[in-house]
Amino acid sequence: MKLTRLFMILIIAACIAFPVSVFAEPITINWWHAMRSARGKVVEKMIGDFNASQSEYKVVGTNKGNYDETMNAGVAAFRAKKQPHILQVFEVGTQTMMLSGAVYPVFELMEEAGIKVDWSRYLQAVLSYYMNSDGNLMSMPFNSSTPIMYYNADMLKKAGIAPLSKSDPITWDELGEITKKLVEAKIAPAGMVTAWQSWTQIENYSAIHNIAFASKANGYEGLDCELEINNPLVVNHITRLKSWADDNRFMYGGQKYQGPKSEFMAQNAAFYIDSISGIAKLKKGVKDFKWDAAPLPVEAGTKKLQNSIIGGASLWVLNGHSKEEYKGVAAFLKFLSNNDMQEYWHKETGYFPITIDAYDSLKSKGYYKTDPLQEVGISQLNRAIPTKISRGLRLGYFVQIRNIINEELEQVWNGKKSPQEALDNAAARSNIQLRTFEKTYK
Amino acid sequence: MIKRSFFKSKYLPYLLILPQMVVTLTFFYWPAVQGLFQSFLLSDPFGQKSTFVWFYNYIELFTDPLYLKSIFTTFVFSLAVAFVSLSMGLFIASMANRALQAKALIRTMLIWPYAVAPAISGILWLFLLHPSYGIVALGIKKWIGIDWNPVLYGSDAMVMIVMASAWKQISYNFVFFMAGMQAIPKSLIEAAAIDGASPFKRFWFISFPLLSPTFFFLTVMNIIYSFFETFGIIHTITQGGPGGSTNILVYKVYQDGFVGLNLGSSAAQSVVLMSLIIVITFLQFRFVEKKVQYGG
Repeated sequence: MKLTRLFMILIIAACIAFPVSVFAEPITINWWHAMRSARGKVVEKMIGDFNASQSEYKVVGTNKGNYDETMNAGVAAFRAKKQPHILQVFEVGTQTMMLSGAVYPVFELMEEAGIKVDWSRYLQAVLSYYMNSDGNLMSMPFNSSTPIMYYNADMLKKAGIAPLSKSDPITWDELGEITKKLVEAKIAPAGMVTAWQSWTQIENYSAIHNIAFASKANGYEGLDCELEINNPLVVNHITRLKSWADDNRFMYGGQKYQGPKSEFMAQNAAFYIDSISGIAKLKKGVKDFKWDAAPLPVEAGTKKLQNSIIGGASLWVLNGHSKEEYKGVAAFLKFLSNNDMQEYWHKETGYFPITIDAYDSLKSKGYYKTDPLQEVGISQLNRAIPTKISRGLRLGYFVQIRNIINEELEQVWNGKKSPQEALDNAAARSNIQLRTFEKTYK
Repeated sequence: MIKRSFFKSKYLPYLLILPQMVVTLTFFYWPAVQGLFQSFLLSDPFGQKSTFVWFYNYIELFTDPLYLKSIFTTFVFSLAVAFVSLSMGLFIASMANRALQAKALIRTMLIWPYAVAPAISGILWLFLLHPSYGIVALGIKKWIGIDWNPVLYGSDAMVMIVMASAWKQISYNFVFFMAGMQAIPKSLIEAAAIDGASPFKRFWFISFPLLSPTFFFLTVMNIIYSFFETFGIIHTITQGGPGGSTNILVYKVYQDGFVGLNLGSSAAQSVVLMSLIIVITFLQFRFVEKKVQYGG
């Protein structure tokens, strides 16, 4: 008995005397992300590849829940001075992160770490969402998607309608005629559903037609911006959707994606507008009908179609770590934008490859021939050089603004407000939020 | 004579209540004071910049018609939840209190829903009443012919969250009513029965007044429950929609503070919420408790 105790004391003493750090531990880099289940595994694999590729740094990825929870975890950690090196933040948090004073801009990080990056070889519509007003990249794009339109190919076939083009969009009027045909012939109970209505029907609708969502170049050029979504074009679009709602050409399925997706999968609606990340979900979930995808519809007679805008998240590097650690962060971010990583990421998750090189490489390997669905979003995103209006949105309290838009649109769908009234109200209410935000950062 | 022990030390009582005081101070008063302080600030989430703005956050709140609507929604919701769960709990308890076969089994089964987490309760009711995949909803639409759609209509959504919230609470109320009823002396009820009182009269004039302490306690508990703990239900079923029609105060605090990162406004809302609960509880004690009969 006594002997064992002595033995244990010896072991403990040995541990104290020879700490593990003697054996030249690699520098640990913490990355907090919001990628779970299938995507989480893909992220783990990418981290594993990086750690295996060199011995100086060791990246540790931790899932902190969904986007809100991850951002909150980052905020709390920063306040407690225990922040990770890299934090994944969703696109609506961009403005808050940019003004936070807590981040190390990615373009500076790369410069100071001596890593040369040719930013022109990246997808510009993705980069522009995360650039400051001087055109410098603040955070590293990670998972980016854009909305496209899925449709029930069997239903169209039944109505004698040819499959839609994957590169040239149909017009909203054409969609109206198609859905009318389908509903009147009782082929489909309802025409279309849409997920994330603010993102797909207002934000992307505005970008594609080069309509300002907010003043000051959508908020890029000043905190004193105001929402302008109550313009005649958007009002007209919402009015059209409302009139479609009245004859079942449009059905409201809820704010997020779950409701609309289940309507489409249950064949209650022939068209379904959602992010490209829906491809994987539909491939897995739909067994009893054929479906396909097309670019988002556009207005007839638009002279020049703009790019759609992205959703998703980017990687922010947080302040307060040592130079050596930042070197590792830079090396890791560089590693993530390698062709191999980007191709793997794109194939596994459906999110965009962020470099043109990775896209070209996939093209030359014939990937888009075997999986043409994956190219619908990317060609829609790349169809024009982003303008000041179509490059993205830079709004404070964007989460609240999206909530406001959701609330007001719902009151259009259930007939409590006219489209003009609702959008006027949405703009006015959002402007109050923007003023509070402006006041906070003054 | 009752045997009493005396402790001479003057400080011992303080020492004995110290742990409780420490816990209360750190986990209740400290955050509450922080919240109160935060409500006078406009600050960014990372804590780099804060400006003291006096009552700006409160003025913004009370000039926002939607916030006032949210207060109204909260009252409608909590009164509905308290009414449904109390009346159903009382009804079921009075039925189960009778001599039944398998009494113990039935009681156990009735208590079970209380063990269900609010979020799970929300999901269960969603499976029943969701307009496109809810089994009951499909039945309602097909056979009763009501255009049931809580995704689109605010009143339907309200009915749905009231049912989901009350359902869980019925079990809780049931347990207390049941215990209360068993404490009522049989002799009183038998005496009334001999005097020719009907079962309803026996309940109304004997059981119910004797249950009033339980009833009072449960009203307070139910209102607090519907103000705070129904968060999970709202979060899983409606997320405050459609059109903000089920956006009760506690959900709005979460949306503005946790998701939207507007800490000042969210803190101000918490202070308002806390004051409301204090006022309601005070009023209940002041006016309702007078009618409560404790003891025999």
